[in-house]
This record gives sequence, structure tokens and C-alpha cells, in this order.
Amino acid sequence: MSTTTTPLGLPGVRSGTEDVPRLPEGTTLSKKDFTAANEVRWCPGCGDYAVLAAVQGFMPELGLRKENIVCISGIGCSSRFPYYLDTYGMHSIHGRAPAIATGLAASRPDLSVWVVTGDGDALSIGGNHLVHAMRRNVNMTILLFNNRIYGLTKGQYSPTSEVGKVTKSTPAGSVDAPFNPVSLALGAEATFVARTLDSDRKHLTSVLRAAAEHRGTSLVEIYQNCPIFNDGAFDVLKDRDETQARLVRLEDGQEVRFGREDDQKVVVTAPGGGVEVVPAADAAGREVVVHDAAAADPTRAFALSRLDGPSMAHVPVGVFRAVARPTYDDLVRDQVDSARAEAGGAASDADLDALIAGGDTWVVR
Amino acid sequence: MRLESPTPDAPTAPRVEDGAPAPSAPGSTPVQKVAGVVIRFAGDSGDGMQLTGDRFTAETASLGNALATLPNFPAEIRAPQGTLPGVSSFQLQFADHVVLTPGDAPDVLVAMNPAALRANIADLPRGGVIIADADEFTKRSLQKVGYTVSPLEDGSLESYQVHALPLTSMTVEALKDSGLSRKDSERAKNMFALGMLSWLYDRPTEATERFLETKFAKKPQIRDANLTAFRAGWAFGETTEGFAVRYQVAPAEHPAGTYRNITGSTALAYGLATAAHKAGLPLVLGSYPITPASDILHALSGMKRFGVTTLQAEDEIAGVGIALGASFGGSLGVTTTSGPGLALKAETIGLAVMLELPLVVVDVQRGGPSTGLPTKTEQADLLQAMYGRNGESPLPVVAASSPTDCFTAAMEAVRIAVTYRTPVILLSDGYLANGSEPWALPSVADLPAIDPAQATGPNGAGDDGRPAFRPYLRDPETLARPWAVPGTPGLEHRIGGLEKADVTGEISYEPENHERMTGLRQAKVDGVAVPPLEVDDPVAPDGTRARVLVLGWGSTYGPIAAAVRDARAEGLQVARAHLRHLNPFPPGLGDALRSYDRVVLPEMNGGQLALLLRARYLVDVQSHGRVRGRPFSAGELLDVVRDAVAALPDHDSAAASPAAGAVAESPQEARR
Repeated sequence: MSTTTTPLGLPGVRSGTEDVPRLPEGTTLSKKDFTAANEVRWCPGCGDYAVLAAVQGFMPELGLRKENIVCISGIGCSSRFPYYLDTYGMHSIHGRAPAIATGLAASRPDLSVWVVTGDGDALSIGGNHLVHAMRRNVNMTILLFNNRIYGLTKGQYSPTSEVGKVTKSTPAGSVDAPFNPVSLALGAEATFVARTLDSDRKHLTSVLRAAAEHRGTSLVEIYQNCPIFNDGAFDVLKDRDETQARLVRLEDGQEVRFGREDDQKVVVTAPGGGVEVVPAADAAGREVVVHDAAAADPTRAFALSRLDGPSMAHVPVGVFRAVARPTYDDLVRDQVDSARAEAGGAASDADLDALIAGGDTWVVR
Repeated sequence: MRLESPTPDAPTAPRVEDGAPAPSAPGSTPVQKVAGVVIRFAGDSGDGMQLTGDRFTAETASLGNALATLPNFPAEIRAPQGTLPGVSSFQLQFADHVVLTPGDAPDVLVAMNPAALRANIADLPRGGVIIADADEFTKRSLQKVGYTVSPLEDGSLESYQVHALPLTSMTVEALKDSGLSRKDSERAKNMFALGMLSWLYDRPTEATERFLETKFAKKPQIRDANLTAFRAGWAFGETTEGFAVRYQVAPAEHPAGTYRNITGSTALAYGLATAAHKAGLPLVLGSYPITPASDILHALSGMKRFGVTTLQAEDEIAGVGIALGASFGGSLGVTTTSGPGLALKAETIGLAVMLELPLVVVDVQRGGPSTGLPTKTEQADLLQAMYGRNGESPLPVVAASSPTDCFTAAMEAVRIAVTYRTPVILLSDGYLANGSEPWALPSVADLPAIDPAQATGPNGAGDDGRPAFRPYLRDPETLARPWAVPGTPGLEHRIGGLEKADVTGEISYEPENHERMTGLRQAKVDGVAVPPLEVDDPVAPDGTRARVLVLGWGSTYGPIAAAVRDARAEGLQVARAHLRHLNPFPPGLGDALRSYDRVVLPEMNGGQLALLLRARYLVDVQSHGRVRGRPFSAGELLDVVRDAVAALPDHDSAAASPAAGAVAESPQEARR
């Protein structure tokens, strides 16, 4: 059978929370309103605490009714998150949160849907659902806590662990090549891809804000420290001096530059479509990259994502990509809504009778 | 000659009801009235046999005959042309009386090529009619299937009534002015055959003409070619002298009502949509294509106007995840699959058991294990449905018994899922999915409503005495927990796969609580209200009752009912019961099992229901399990019934012998 393509009427750019009921004018919620009574049970020093605090602190800013916010997680340390956020929530099963959230988001435009997942949950067992959620562009925000280790199962390497990593399951060192989650997301047609750090609340909050505003799947990778099984994985990004040398803050419309005051560096275009880091002093004649998260072509964003590596010599953070594309759930609902509108509204018993009768009936008297 | 006929008939095909053939208009060929016929259309996968069968069925249905169909096709979309693996067939039984199966064996075999003849001839009883496309019996085609000499010419078919007709060349001749190439013209030969068969059995043609006009509306040349071939086939029948008689099968006695013909998968899709409508819930289907379940996805995807949303997922796991997410959001979440997919969904179904949310999981069973027999039927997922999850994770299981019953069973699955906040597995199978039969249309307004009763406010008090929401506080009657949907103010709560504390739904690792919750989940499923078992056990004139019970579940309904009817016609006293509810079992089942000397259970698996019944009721249920990828024949089950009666310890063989004596001459016997 041949297939045909039907042109879809594409809606304009809308906010990610546009259809979600807002609090009445003049009312606001506080961090406390989003803090569930449950005792938080992460290990002392876990980076998840910082992210939880940032999310609870940021939620009131959305101005949404909290009963219309839903947080869905998979399995892993970070996936306990919904228990601590006083909204609707579901702690589901390993890797499947994006699929469950897809069903919820597609059927409920009036909900702000958040997915909390980890590097093992999202990129290993749930890899398929993650890439397909991003490909479809379902309106949801995915917070991917990346600590480069399996914590809840007590210390095996994860799909983001560096090659050579010695863990309980890799005593001779891991030979598994890791994923770069940002590169993966960009390759999976994601419309919003960002990276931030558990330890930088201001940056984390700014990224959350942009992610929530985005209509479609927002993937936010959060580098997060596991103090028990992979302590210090991101320490080089927490030391003030080292951070200056390594952290590349992507700011839309700005040249991509970073470095210590006495050792400024810039990111310039490189032959073959990539980018490279050069000392600012040596950049004469080179094209310094001006970050454009809204660029339709994801090539440059992908090149920027490749600056990162196991050594974390240069770690870009911020919004790599934020482009408008019709969301799957909007399109799905549009088809249902227009079919109903064309038929004159919700179906009656008689409409159902006509459906099940079909076109070929006979009467026995 | 029909196995379903009330009394054994002479084994001639077809059965003559009104004595000698009488001339009738139009045409000069005399017309015989017959009670019923079984036709099998067989050809290459690319020959359009399924379409031909569908159209003949539609014509037959609109005439008011009782009917049942059995499509049978290979898993390969186009196996090598002309080979045995590429043979596709469609069997149809139609009659002027109640039809319970597609027929054990055909009366008429339409063979579009040598492969179709070779693959099906063993099923055709001697004396049966063969209509073969002589053009296709070429040296090369014959060699492909191992014939050295054409069976149409070597006398090997002498005991059949053979009509070797040049169907292909007659089709090409009829289309010589169509502008189509020879190759394209040949493709319309199935419509030529359909036209001829429609003439032979006096079927109305308007619906097929309408169908072709609609189907090929955008391809006028193809439309006209098919219409021309169809009419040419009819005209050939009318003018040829090759057929001594044509046949009429009178309409069956159906209860008054409006009828249509429907396949199980379509009926199942309609049942789901109707139940959602009666519950006032949007239906969200998450599904991944899999044979033989995909037709339900196809049907539901065309029902957007009825508030049905279908999401084709990236895999089976996502399909059920999407459904569960939608249920969490207050929709009726449904996923459809077959055995391999059910295996993949197991963990998510277990989550639904823990979350206690409505979810309907449809398993259209096929031959297994693994990929097994994708296009063939089986009932071997029963234990997977019952137990195929980690931990103690009971859920209700409902099975459909016929194509039209798929509608009712789907509504029942939805009722239980919504009322009890539980995943429900609805078992269909390949036979029900693709088979069809006439359906007396229900009136949607008259169908019972389903009350989702979603939570709107607090249902208890917190430790401080103020109103609070208790997500796992149960309805005392149903043990169902509240369905509190996101967007409802004040009921914010978290659920998950970790064990829940009773009432509060908080995470709990307490030993006593886990045992209590395990018991509550079991008690909830055990307490699902299902109608008591009905046993069909007519009391004999002398007041005695049967000592043998034939029990079935799912799609074995038709052949079991036919076999029991035939056994009774022989004078054997046999009781029959059929299960819709596999979990919980209906009230009265244990007592019924214990009250017969012998319980026989035919099922298309290795004895799975028998295992459950023996474990549950300590009754020595005799399993008759077969896994051949096709439904039981009524004749085979009649033997099973006879054997069961004969094996009764103090069976009075003299009493049954007259009937048994008659049986030896019966067509059923001759047919095997």
C-alpha cells in the first residue's frame, strides 16, 4: 500500500505552560507549598538535594496551580524526586517515565509535565523512550540527573561513565564508550537541549525557566555529584579557579568565550564543520562562534556539545538549542478536536450506533 | 451435511432440501435449495483471496444467512509466488440455520493455482467440488509444488466434482478493451471468480459493486476492470453449461433486529470505544503494531471523532506506558498486543497492579513461544495473563468467545477496570480477530453505563483531624481505591511502584503492611462481581442429567457448542459450560465441576486452564489440548465427547449404541 502525506496545520510558537490553568491574579505560592511532608531520603551531601531545592524554589515562579503540575520519574536515586515535591506525581518503573509522561501529556494539555530521570534510567534501560520522546517533541520537561554512576544499585558504571572507570562491575576498568547526553539529544531531533550543574543554583534556575517556557520536549542534563559512589566527579567544575578555566557558559547572541582572566579562550569554527578552543590572543582571523540556540540547523550546537569530554577540559553549559517545532501532543489533539468539530461535537449514543452499524446492515423482522 | 445441522445428513455435497432441482429464473440453470455450504477460497498470497472471501461474506451476510469465517494466511506478506508457503485461504460456512464454526471441511474448494490445490485438497471430502483456474496449471507452476503431471488431467481427482476453468484467460478476454496490460488484467481474476461464485450461490451483487466503486474511486481504470471482471464472472456462470445446478441457501432464522457482519477485531475496537463512551471517558490507546492485534489499532485510529486518541508507540513497553499515563490522567488507557508484546508489557502491568489504576490490556493470542506462528491462532497466553508478572500481582482476566462477543467482552473488561481500578487482560485470539459472523446490533443507549466516580475531594482525615486525601482508602464494597486525577485541587498525591502503606499510600517496607496490601490486592480481584456460571444441561425426558461436562473458554465456544449439539443429536447426554471470566472464576464453577463424573476441557494450549482448575478445585479435569494454529473442528470435539461418555466407569454402552451405530454412517465420520 502506498502512503500519503497530509499537510498539517502547524500552530504558532506557544509557551510550554500556555494551556495550564494559572493561579488567580494576586495569588502566589511559595517554596513551602511545593515541599511535601515526606522525609527526604537521599544520602548526606547528595547533589539531588540542591536540585530539589532549586526546583521547589522555582516552581512558584511558574504561577501555575500546583494541582496541574505532575512529576513522573523512573527508577534510581533521583527518581525518588516526586515524593518530595507536593504536586501530583508518579514514581514509575525503570526507564519508562518518558513513555508514561507521553500518555499523560497527550491526553492532558492542562498539565505541566515534568520527568525526573538519571543517566542509567534515561540513557540505558530507558534509552528508547527518551529518544522517541525528543523526536516526537512531546510537551514535557525532562531533568536528567547525570552522576555518571549507578547509585541505587550501589556503584556500577553507567552509560555516561568514562572509559577505564573502575567500579564494582568493572574491576579491570570499564571498556564501555559513554554517551554524551547533549549530543545524543541533538541527534534525536530534540528541540530544547540544555546542560547545567547541581551546584550552580542561579544557572540551574535560569535553565529550568527556559525549559518550562519551551513548548515541546526540553531535555536538561544536570551534572550531579554522587558523594558515595562517584564523589568528586564534577569537582573541577566546582573549584572557582578550575571552573573559570573549564566552564563554557553559552549565552544566546554572545560570542562563546571563557577562561581565567589571564588566560581567555574563545571557541572558533574549525574546518570540517566543528569548533575548537583557541586562546583569545590567537583568534585573529578565526571566526569566533556566536551562540545561536534558535538556529534551525543543529550542527553548530552539536559541535559545541563535542567540546565536552571525559577530561572535562571544556564543559559547555546553558541552552544549546531551543527551536520551535510543532509538538506531538498538540498535533494529536488537533486531529481529535478537528474530527469532533467536523462531526458537530461530542459523540451521542446515536453516533455510536451509526459507527458500529457501519455501512452494510440488514434487518430481520 | 453441516456439522451444525440438527440431524446427520447424507454425505453428499451440497445437501438437497427440496428434492430435485427445479428450474428457476433467471438463467436456465436449475436451482437447488441447500441448507448450508462451506466454501474455501485458496490462492497465492497476492491473488486477493482474503478480499474475495470478505466480499463473498458480505454478500452472504446481507442475504441473511448465518455464517462464520476463517481467514488463514501466511506470515510472509508475499511468499515466493506459486509456492506452498505462499498459499492464502479464506473459508466461509453459510447456512439457513445456526452456524457455530466456519466448518470442519469445505464442500467447495476454489483453487487459483496448483499450490492452492495441493495445500488444501486433503481437507476436501471426496465428492466435494473443486473449481480450479486451469490457466495456472502450467508445467512450471506444477513443478513448483511437486506435481509431475497436472492433477486436473491425471485422474487423481476422479472422486471430486472438478470444474477446471480458464479463469485467468477469461478475465483477460473480458478486459481486452480496458487498456490494461495483460499482467494487470490478470490481477482481476479474483473478481471474476467472485462473480462466478456469486452466481453459483445466488448472492446479491450490489454491495460488491458499491464496494469496488468506493475502493477504487480514485483509480477509475482499476475500478472498471474489477467491475467488468466481476460481472463477466457472473455472466460466465449464467451462460456456461458447466454447472448442472446453482444453489440457494435461504436466510437463517435470526432473532429480529438489525444485523451486520463483523470481525472480532472490529467488534473489540467498537466495544472499547462504546464502553469509554458509556463511562464518559476519553479513550487513549498506546499500541505497537503486532500481528494479529494491529487491526484494533487501525480501527481505533479512525475513531477520533468519538474522542479516541491512538498513539503508535516506539515499542510494546511504551504502548502500555502511554496507556497507563493516560489512565493516571483520568482517561481510559488501553493497550493492544499479542503474546510477545504481553511479555514485554509485564513490568508496566505490574506497576498498574500496584498503582491500582484502570488499564485494559488486550492480548490477541497467536501461536507461541517466541515469534511462533504470528498469523495462526492459539490460547496459550492464559498462564502468562494470569501470572506473567513479578510478585503477587493478581488481575482480572476476561476472554471473548466469538467474533461478535469481542464487543461484549471488551465492554466487560472496561467495566471491571474502571470500577475496580485495576489492569484487566482481555484475551482474544487470531481466530476471533480475523473471523467474522453476523451481529445483531445493540442499541448503545440501552447498554449499561459505567461510573468512573473520579475523586473530587478529601475522603478522610489527617493526623491533625483536618480533611485529607487518602489515596489508598478503599471502597468497602469493591475494595477499589479513589481515582484522583491531576488537576483536582487538594488531592495532590504521589503514587509509585514501591509498596504502599494501607490507606495513606505512603512508601512502606513494613512486613505486616506488605502482607496486608498483598491480601487486599488479591481480595479486590477475587471480589470482582461476575455472573454465576451457567451450565447448559438439558434434563432428559426420563429425568436424568448428563454425567459429562464439556467446559471451554474463549474462542473454542463455536466448535464445542457444535460438537455438543451433534453429540446430543446422537442421543448422548452431555452438559456444556463456557467461561468468560478466567479471573476471578464465576461463582458456582467449583460445584459444577464436582457435580459431573467427567469434565472435559478442550483448549488450544497444553492444558493451561485445566491446570488452573485442578489446582483450584481439586477436580480431575481432563484436558484436550491441541496447538496446531487452527481452531478445533466440531468433528474432532465430537469424538472427544463420545470418548468421554464411553469412558464413564459404568457407562451403559447398549443405551448409546444405536446412536453410535448411526454415527458410523454420518457425514462427520465420513469427513474426518
